[in-house]
Amino acid sequence: MHRHLLSAADLSLEDTLLILDTAEEMSRVADAPVRKLPTLRGRTVVNLFFEDSTRTRISFEAAAKRLSADVINFSAKGSSVSKGESLKDTALTLEAMGADAVVIRHSASGAPHRLAHAGWLHGSVLNAGDGTHEHPTQALLDAFTMRRHLRKGKGDLAGVQVAIVGDVLHSRVARSNVILLATLGASVTLVAPATLLPVGVDKWPCSISYDLDSVIGKVDVVMALRVQLERMSAAYFPSAREYSRRFGLESTRLARLREGAIVMHPGPMNRGLEISAEAADGLRSVIVEQVANGVSVRMAVLYLLLGGAQLADIEYKTLVEA
Amino acid sequence: MSSYLLRGVRLLGNDPVDLHLANGVIAEISEPSKKLRVTGAKTIEGDGLIALPGLVDLHTHLREPGREDAETIETGTRAAALGGYTAVHAMANTDPVADTAGVVEQVWRLGKEAGFCDVFPIGAVTVGLGGERLAELGAMADSAARVRIFSDDGKCVSDPILMRRALEYIKSFGGVIAQHAQEPRLTEGAQMNEGEVSAVLGLRGWPAVAEEAIIARDVLLAEHVGSKLHICHVSTAGSAEILRWAKSRGIDVTAEVTPHHLLLTDEMARSYNPLYKVNPPLRTLKDVQALRAALVDGVIDAVATDHAPHPIEDKDCEWQAAAFGMLGLQNALSVVQQTMVDTQLLTWAQVAMRMSTTPARIGQIGNHGRPLSPGEPANITLYDPSVKQVVTEAHIVSKSRNTPYLGMTLPGAVIATFLRGNPTVLAGKLTR
Repeated sequence: MHRHLLSAADLSLEDTLLILDTAEEMSRVADAPVRKLPTLRGRTVVNLFFEDSTRTRISFEAAAKRLSADVINFSAKGSSVSKGESLKDTALTLEAMGADAVVIRHSASGAPHRLAHAGWLHGSVLNAGDGTHEHPTQALLDAFTMRRHLRKGKGDLAGVQVAIVGDVLHSRVARSNVILLATLGASVTLVAPATLLPVGVDKWPCSISYDLDSVIGKVDVVMALRVQLERMSAAYFPSAREYSRRFGLESTRLARLREGAIVMHPGPMNRGLEISAEAADGLRSVIVEQVANGVSVRMAVLYLLLGGAQLADIEYKTLVEA
Repeated sequence: MSSYLLRGVRLLGNDPVDLHLANGVIAEISEPSKKLRVTGAKTIEGDGLIALPGLVDLHTHLREPGREDAETIETGTRAAALGGYTAVHAMANTDPVADTAGVVEQVWRLGKEAGFCDVFPIGAVTVGLGGERLAELGAMADSAARVRIFSDDGKCVSDPILMRRALEYIKSFGGVIAQHAQEPRLTEGAQMNEGEVSAVLGLRGWPAVAEEAIIARDVLLAEHVGSKLHICHVSTAGSAEILRWAKSRGIDVTAEVTPHHLLLTDEMARSYNPLYKVNPPLRTLKDVQALRAALVDGVIDAVATDHAPHPIEDKDCEWQAAAFGMLGLQNALSVVQQTMVDTQLLTWAQVAMRMSTTPARIGQIGNHGRPLSPGEPANITLYDPSVKQVVTEAHIVSKSRNTPYLGMTLPGAVIATFLRGNPTVLAGKLTR
């Protein structure tokens, strides 16, 4: 494994399986009476959030605390960042405080990459979502969830058919998922109006469709992406109703899903736009599970990035025995 | 005034000759076998150095007035001299904007005082680069600075009627409009070339069509009103095709390409290092190849640096927050050697045409870009193409540090630059 997790492309198949298998072990901790491991005692994890994301921050915070790390939450609002302090100065501050890992959420694509490689700090950098670039831990928790439902929580995802529907252009979740699912051997189809697909998407390891109805009956997973209504005014699509009619997950389409197929959404949802209430709350929906699995996956990632080579063997054994 | 004897220099890469510079002009050229002797002349052993007419840059951001933290006319012209330039055209996007006779005369005067190379101010097309009202183009043309090139560079003159009027208006004093071709609506928030790499990086794309659409419109406007158009920093294969078509129709258009667009591609953005953030953005390998070909066959007339200094804090940050632009003056000739000469695409005589003669003609500056023959002004660059150097920050004399060539090994070195017979650079170092 690399020292940082900036992109799903940083992960080999071996790395990915190690994280997913470790996450399975971590999820048992969640079920144990004492939900805490001593693994990262004395280590400092900083949650550096330049963008509001309560859910992702809480997920990382819970993950780090269950591993006994010291957690510092640094949110841009009301901090020196809103007074114009640069990313660099923030990084230098964290370096001075001795952060072992920095979990960063930022509105600028590549900000985690700069944090890791500009020579500002030495700890591990974990990308918790950067602009319209990537969100690798979301892809890991999505893969983890798919594997549990479709592959009994083991091995890769070879042969699994996945449709990702919606605003791919602006979605960091889609980018990370396409890369990670390709690594795991799944087949991905992106479904969106052409306005919401990036120029250059034809080079991605996936197929493209403009027609959800021709895809929905052939997949094991359908993942709806959040659509922001302000996209409408920028002419990405004509109206909410038209978007919903052509690309919304609602009951008629749901009925055409294969036996055992699951419905996913990275949240937060626009109910009634990209996903109907029936789809979001129905039996096929695993959306709430995704959130729970997020903690296990992030525990695994923090553990593997921070544990280092020497610690890993010893503590992993303790963990398994526990 | 001192006189110089340059022994064994190769004019435009030809056989060695001895060159005597006196009273600001080339006094004599003679065969080395004749052992030219001049009393009182300082002798420089040329030893196979290539002599080129002093380079002329059509596109330099000197940042003064207004952003003296990034560059001043003095530091910028020092960088120019070290790069082999004897003349630069200073872009108008200063603060205040060079949109009045007063500002262009100030820039012109500061250039004269600095004395490292001649500075020819470019005037803004519109007031404050605002794209709404024509600046006083006639007053700038008539000023002491004698402005002939007008440009809103940094911004596109996107309003078609304003562009038409500007093209018409400059006809009365033989000016030229240098267009920064960028359709603004197609490039809102754009960060890098739109394509395969931007799709992966999640950086908002700057599509080639945004440049090509403006060039297509403007060559047609120039034809319609019978005026002179120059296209700044052409960056795409499609732009070259449109220019080829326009020239074949006899439209009076010229174009420039930057050294960085001849060498670097959008793959550099994968590092998210803002040193590679520039406008227009670095494009694909296919574009680089097309630009080289267009420079060879004259569809693109000149190499211009678009030297754009920025202070460290504007580059030592995340990509999106960083400023567009890169340094160019000091390494331009080396990059041209690497991309055009070492690849056998251009001879040194053709390089002289594209980096000196033609830019001087476009800028209408009489005493630069002249032939290297007796009686001509002694504006000369001596260049050693045989060495290789790693680009380091220590080499940079510009006030800013934002070179994209940092750490790269580039061929060649400017050994001496003469401005009207006076050395601004000797032995690869500034003379003062």
